[in-house]
Amino acid sequence: MSTALADTATLTRRSMTHILRSPDTIITTALMPIAFLLLFVFVFGGAIDTGAGVGADGYVDYLLPGILLITVASGVSYTAYRLFLDVQGGMVERLRSMPIARSSILWAHVLTSLAANLVAVALVIGVALLLGFRSGAGVGAWFAVAGLVALFTLALTWLAVIPGLTAKSVDAAGAFSYPLIFLPFLSSAFVPTDSMPGPVRWFAENQPVTAIVDAIRALLAGEPVGAELGLALAWMAGILVVAAGVATVLWRRRTR
Amino acid sequence: MSLAAAPRPAEAAVGADPAIRVAGVEKSYGTVHVLRGVDLEVARGSIHALLGANGAGKTTLIRILTTLAHADAGTAEVDGVDVARDPQRVRRAISLTGQFAAVDERLTGRENLALVARLRHLRGPAAVASAALERFGLTDAADRPVAGYSGGMRRRLDIAMSLVGDPRVVFLDEPTTGLDPEARQEVWSAVRELAAGGTTVLLTTQYLEEAEQLADRIAILHRGRILVDDTLPALKKLLPRAQVEYVEKQPSLEDVFFALTGEREPEREHEPERGPEPEPEPENTEKESDS
Repeated sequence: MSTALADTATLTRRSMTHILRSPDTIITTALMPIAFLLLFVFVFGGAIDTGAGVGADGYVDYLLPGILLITVASGVSYTAYRLFLDVQGGMVERLRSMPIARSSILWAHVLTSLAANLVAVALVIGVALLLGFRSGAGVGAWFAVAGLVALFTLALTWLAVIPGLTAKSVDAAGAFSYPLIFLPFLSSAFVPTDSMPGPVRWFAENQPVTAIVDAIRALLAGEPVGAELGLALAWMAGILVVAAGVATVLWRRRTR
Repeated sequence: MSLAAAPRPAEAAVGADPAIRVAGVEKSYGTVHVLRGVDLEVARGSIHALLGANGAGKTTLIRILTTLAHADAGTAEVDGVDVARDPQRVRRAISLTGQFAAVDERLTGRENLALVARLRHLRGPAAVASAALERFGLTDAADRPVAGYSGGMRRRLDIAMSLVGDPRVVFLDEPTTGLDPEARQEVWSAVRELAAGGTTVLLTTQYLEEAEQLADRIAILHRGRILVDDTLPALKKLLPRAQVEYVEKQPSLEDVFFALTGEREPEREHEPERGPEPEPEPENTEKESDS
């Protein structure tokens, strides 16, 4: 136990070095969400009525929370990828035969994912500011948004650990993130759900992305947050606990 | 239980306190009975080769000894510690070099070594890394990313990483599989270097020649059991005399390689110019029946 923190720090430093040596992984992570941002603000945005005022300025405010979630959803695929490479390359076996805290191997990847995704999210917010995004949120609300994005990243990162440990090929390791990237489209991220037909609307209103997007949107708009915050937290905590649980079982099962 | 095939006359050579002691170890994966009662002792400071064909169970035994897998039955001790009872203490005494060079491609050689030094909580990881680079002739390449290393350099770095912190028992799982002959020579000298420092080495190999070159004792693992475990001269006595003379001395593909590149004289050549094609086959069949 006493070495767990030191080992985690050592291994986190290692995978952060990977990212600093190839910052393209962060740029690639931010690129697709930025493309979505541009596309929706300048192409579709003029025709979308969110009820919050038509026009590019209003829509970028409406859009940003969903774009941030897409950023994280595409970013965590790199965690699966890096973990997969460690498993395939024998690094995991080497580390597991060493006198270190074994949990530090996974935690290093998780913390690296957290740092890398928060940087990518900051990049996307920077571009959104250039596109006219403005927020009346106070410091407390911004911290709450950062907390929600961090919790969302943690939940999806632990989800990414599962394919990272079990995938048979590089492509399979990253493929799990495609449905995650798609999920915001079937939510309130781009258009209000009441414009959708029955079953789609039911799905959109009862999936986690809608609750998280609504909570972040309310916080950024400086509006009071209601039940959606509790719902968002419950979804993310649930995903986090289940994913981390499954990942831990898979991790322990490697010793057989 | 596993001694049906041959006697073990040199049993007394193993000291009272062996570095590795394996007794009756069994292991199944699903319905496949990989290890069927393995007994093995490795003396301190010796190089012991575990020879066997693919699927003989070599890697499974190494995984059990390095705490990466649990045995279904039997006991295994490394450096006097039961691997099942106190795996973390075993990990402090050992190091594993797996079948594929487990090096971090995106770090430099120096960073790889310092990483291991930090994980072993050694003082002065930078100095430890420099010393290891020197010892394995990697100083010139020290600050280049490992992605650009040759196969032999990678393996050397891999072994150097294993030695950081001076583990008392080193496991090398097929250290030369997939390497070209020159790289294999590099690895062999690294292993000899190791044993010269008093480290106990258990290495697995599919190559009889590798075991001959390196090992003080050779154990042959076949279908989950140790068939024989002895010194090379004693093993040679077990073979029918008539066969040893000629068949084994045919030039291997490796001898041909060295003859063509002029790096080393082959021992004998029957067909000096064009003989490489038929050679590997007798060697292969021989390997299977051996192990």
